[in-house]
Amino acid sequence: MSGFSDNIMRLSGRMLSQYPAQRDWDGKLTMAPHPGIIPTFSIVTLSDNVPEQEIMKWNGWGYSDSKFLYNKKGQAEFTGKRYRLSGMIIPGLREWMESTFSANLQHKTPAAPILNSSAVQPPTLNEAFLKELKSTGIPFSHDAEDRVFRSHGHCLHEIFALREGKIGRVPDLVVWPNCHNDVVKIVELACKHNVCLIPYGGGTSVSSALECPPEETRSIVSLDTSQMNRILWIDEKNLTAHVEAGIVGQDLERLLNESGYCTGHEPDSMEFSSLGGWVATRASGMKKNIYGNIEDLVVHIKMVTPRGVIEKSCQGPRMSTGPDVHHFIMGSEGTLGVVTEVTMKIRPMPEYQKYGSVVFPNFEMGVACLREVARQRCAPASIRLMDNEQFKFGHALKPQVSSIFTSFLDGLKKFYITKFKGFDPNRLCVATLLFEGDREKVLQHEKQVYDIAAKFGGLAAGEDNGQRGYMLTFVIAYLRDLGMDYYVIGESFETSMPWDRVLDICRNVKARIVRECKDKGVQFPPLSTCRVTQTYDAGACVYFYFAFNYRGLSDPVHVYEQVEHAAREEILANGGSLSHHHGVGKLRKEWMRESISSVGMGMLKSVKDYVDPNNIFGNRNLL
Amino acid sequence: MILLHLLYTLRSLNDDEEFTDILEERRRNTDLGYALRTFNPQPYKGAPSCSTSDLNKAVLESQYLRYIAKEIALETGSSVEKVRQEARGILEEMSHNLQLGFIRLMAYTFNKVFKRLFRSIYVNMEGLNMLQQAIQESPVILMPNHRSYVDFLIVSFVLFTYDIPIPVIAAGIPLASMKVVGEILRRSGAFFIRRAIGSDKLYWAVLSEYVRTIVRTGCAPLEFYVEGFRSRTLKSVVPKLGMMDMVLEPYFKGEVFDITLVPISISYDRVVEESLLALELLGVPKPKESTTGLFKASRVLQEDYGCMHVNFGRPLSVRQLCEGKINRSEYNLIPRDLPQRPSTEIQDCVNWLAHLIVRTQEEGALISPWSLMACLLLQAPITTLTEEGLQWHGLTEKTLWLRKLVLDFRGRLNWPDSDVMSSTVALHHSIVHHKAGRVYLVQDGNPASQDPLSPEEKVMRTAAAVLMLVSYRNQALHVFVRPGILATAIHITKSTQKDELFSFFCFLRDVFSSEFIFIPGRASQDFDEACSLLQKCGAVYISQQEVTVLETGLEVLSFLQKLLQPFLESYQLIFRYLCENGAHVFTEKQFLPAVRNLATKLILSGDLHTFEVLSSDTQKNVLSALRRLEAVTKLRASQQNEYKVNKAAVRRTGDILCKIICDIPVKIKLLFCVRLENFDLFLPCCL
Repeated sequence: MSGFSDNIMRLSGRMLSQYPAQRDWDGKLTMAPHPGIIPTFSIVTLSDNVPEQEIMKWNGWGYSDSKFLYNKKGQAEFTGKRYRLSGMIIPGLREWMESTFSANLQHKTPAAPILNSSAVQPPTLNEAFLKELKSTGIPFSHDAEDRVFRSHGHCLHEIFALREGKIGRVPDLVVWPNCHNDVVKIVELACKHNVCLIPYGGGTSVSSALECPPEETRSIVSLDTSQMNRILWIDEKNLTAHVEAGIVGQDLERLLNESGYCTGHEPDSMEFSSLGGWVATRASGMKKNIYGNIEDLVVHIKMVTPRGVIEKSCQGPRMSTGPDVHHFIMGSEGTLGVVTEVTMKIRPMPEYQKYGSVVFPNFEMGVACLREVARQRCAPASIRLMDNEQFKFGHALKPQVSSIFTSFLDGLKKFYITKFKGFDPNRLCVATLLFEGDREKVLQHEKQVYDIAAKFGGLAAGEDNGQRGYMLTFVIAYLRDLGMDYYVIGESFETSMPWDRVLDICRNVKARIVRECKDKGVQFPPLSTCRVTQTYDAGACVYFYFAFNYRGLSDPVHVYEQVEHAAREEILANGGSLSHHHGVGKLRKEWMRESISSVGMGMLKSVKDYVDPNNIFGNRNLL
Repeated sequence: MILLHLLYTLRSLNDDEEFTDILEERRRNTDLGYALRTFNPQPYKGAPSCSTSDLNKAVLESQYLRYIAKEIALETGSSVEKVRQEARGILEEMSHNLQLGFIRLMAYTFNKVFKRLFRSIYVNMEGLNMLQQAIQESPVILMPNHRSYVDFLIVSFVLFTYDIPIPVIAAGIPLASMKVVGEILRRSGAFFIRRAIGSDKLYWAVLSEYVRTIVRTGCAPLEFYVEGFRSRTLKSVVPKLGMMDMVLEPYFKGEVFDITLVPISISYDRVVEESLLALELLGVPKPKESTTGLFKASRVLQEDYGCMHVNFGRPLSVRQLCEGKINRSEYNLIPRDLPQRPSTEIQDCVNWLAHLIVRTQEEGALISPWSLMACLLLQAPITTLTEEGLQWHGLTEKTLWLRKLVLDFRGRLNWPDSDVMSSTVALHHSIVHHKAGRVYLVQDGNPASQDPLSPEEKVMRTAAAVLMLVSYRNQALHVFVRPGILATAIHITKSTQKDELFSFFCFLRDVFSSEFIFIPGRASQDFDEACSLLQKCGAVYISQQEVTVLETGLEVLSFLQKLLQPFLESYQLIFRYLCENGAHVFTEKQFLPAVRNLATKLILSGDLHTFEVLSSDTQKNVLSALRRLEAVTKLRASQQNEYKVNKAAVRRTGDILCKIICDIPVKIKLLFCVRLENFDLFLPCCL
């Protein structure tokens, strides 16, 4: 759901390079690569280099050292050193939170600080499986913390329960295969002993995909791909890289950058999400306009299934060999097998990058502009349109400015837009832009886009605003944790639709959220906001944020779920899709049949029945 | 359930609310000052203000109209440009040109006129407040009933007075052709629709896009008469669905989040055009709407028309009403700019909503003492009314008795505090006069003519007076219809079995569904309502299986049964005519006078006791009922509205109506449950 923008990281001087991975030049791993998902005692070979402290939060988003809090003066502050915003005071956030949610610093709802291991059910172990697993030498663990950590994604209800110290069904065992062959062995053993396998990548799912089905009686094994994180080779002639599927987005980019390349695939969650997860959910990246979505980037996939390994025989860029079997794999959400290795397209790193932003008098004009940009097929690497509420939200995240001059300049800009140009501050909205390429072309491209924007009343509003817009995407999940400290819960969801329905869906879904909250007894008006986040030839992807103050409600999560359910119904009734890139998981399963027809369901079902007749990959997503 | 709840809340809302006389303040202040007051309404917050020319441009340039124009050009072989030119012409003829200046002029004039015509115009403030709120939230559709020309701009007048955005109003095209006045109406927000559009594809396209654009943009509230036209009988008319379809489509297609429907009930103590209406129903053609006609009509200004009530109903959310009834995703696979025939599910929903609105209008209407008197007067033999006179004392006592019944039936009364009876009769001096303790029906004399009237002319003269009474009775009818039908069922079947009565109730409900407003699919709720009302007033006792008539209830039951008797007699007569006299194929032009002649004959011979069958409205209603029951079919190919009658089917319906074959109750039950088209299956075994 949430995320991070690599660009910000780059501009922020590579804060993340501090974390304790050490690699050979080609990215070969020499120690535990991924913070937080650190195997404990059982990994003898690696444990020497592993820091003891947890780097990741167990009941919230992201790194333990990075979070929003209100300091002693009551000012909002972002801790840590990893991000550009880290260590900064954000003066506007408190007022925004108080006025948007009627939240109050006096009313706190702190999370349970540490995991109470006694709340975790003892593991149901399949002894025969365990015995044979031991003989393979593949590391595993049934430590409570390891199991709980892999029992959830980042849906609101999952995090809310963790904060309250409530633990449901969790995997009984975690295994860390180190390579494709390890996975083959694990899957064989699982089939032999009828053990349920749930693949685990970065753990950033927002579709309840990682939740253990409560009705599962077999031993559940979480197959953590984090150790399969090497770039196996780079082919500079064909511009492809062969990568193990457990690699996490930011590592992949950084390692490729070291060789002067990138994939350009930057989903908002790329700090934590893995290549295998992208393939399994049909992920979409922020810069897909240049680099494409995951289905455009993938050249070859290797997946281990209960029936054996599926892969194509060559690396041809396109084939006419019947329906593309990759499309059974992409979006299979862990129901068919484990993706182990992927050949991906790579590109030389762009020479030049530039942010930008445009202010429109209202959302309608903004959408019309994006549509025109798509019509002329001149979308920059990224173009997003935030509605008025989100614009204000972004504005509230402005860090304290250091000089009087800057604040004077800000005042001047505001005056120019609202008074001189007559924009209504309660209607205007902003598009954020990211251009990439060689310098000259970027500047040319920039001009073209700004010229189109001008036809729709758009005013260029500077690089800074653009950059802050992208920052919002990666801090939003940290902000949710702050909200949850003060009775505010919320989440985001997305959809895609034809161009002519964009405005209608945005309006209707936002209005539906407001009305449902009122009907369900929410005491305060909710935050209901959206942005158009991707453009296509035939339509767009829209992202909604929805949050509310739940003081006075006895079962806030249930209310939240009812409202989100209603919002999804509204999306579907208005011609939006069930999901653009989050996937279906278990959260949206109920609408699958109406989304793809009964015959479509039958087709997927028969593939599942053939590939995995005993439901070894039993996470019960999708179907 | 939701619906019942809705009707309930509406009722309870209206019960405690206060009506304010808006003329009172007008009488104290100057008309000019009022007309020039600052007008600064809170508009729909989702809408940028849009001018008339913006609206027209949006319509002409819509994808929908482009598509239709291309299609028509292809079909007719003319050029697209030509078709579009034609569309522009249609739009010019149609479109409103709302201007505040003319609203002020209208307000000024109306002020003058209304102050002379009416003692008071009562408006419920709470309804107005809710409307004001609703207008800011979503596009609002104002849906008044239409009983008189006077109410054409009344809603605009009230809204102007209370700083609420002025609506655009759907009007019939004849109004547009009135010199000057047509233009004034246009500038006061009226847009004009042709009467017989038929299959004119381009016209439909322009009209529907025009209406949808108004709703979609929410640039002004839209006002239209869901009954389609002014009710000549003051009785609610079965709603027309064309406009309703157009208005609701933006919601079905997701182009707006919600649409708010506001039923408005306008009731009169006395209707300005009462005698014209009666004559029109008897076949005397209605004078063409013309400006000179309007001035001639100015003699009506000399008369007193009592009070007028404008009752703004609770705003209804289309979204809420349609929840669970429809699946909007049927519009997902075709571009919404292209014409798409809605599914039966959606059509049924529109029909249901339209009926619901008319029912709600009925619920909101105020019943005057005069309506109750009319009910009673019509139950007296005609000679009593015309010759001997009806005892005044008896009439007033019975009216008071009826008042109690109306309250029991949760009707909404407009009952002035003092001197009710005699002031009521005085107000309606054109229909009755009260002399020496007796009440007589006033029959328009013909003093200019020396010739004595022929018997037929005498019948017509009486009929005109009776039909005026009938209209006022009709204003109260909706309160009595459901219990009345149950009373009739009890009377005809002589049964006490609940299920048998329910079957007959359903049959009558089907037969009379062009006559009275029944919300589709609510037969059992209607029956339950009838039962509970009759039980409440002590007329019957209801057990699990039986409905027992109580001694104390005979008066109520007999009143109710007699109230509906004219309808039964009229329907039977027309059925008889269709079976015996008529040909198999006839036109409406032949049918109406033929029935009238037959009825006149029978009245003269003393075989028929109701004058209502002379009303063209009743005659047409019978036809449409028979069409719905598929005993009569309209010939599609025919140019002159030809009908084909299935005599056997009509006879059977008539037979059941007078209970010739109903000594076999079980089978009757069978029959009524399955509607009339299945008669043929049933009758052989029964006869």
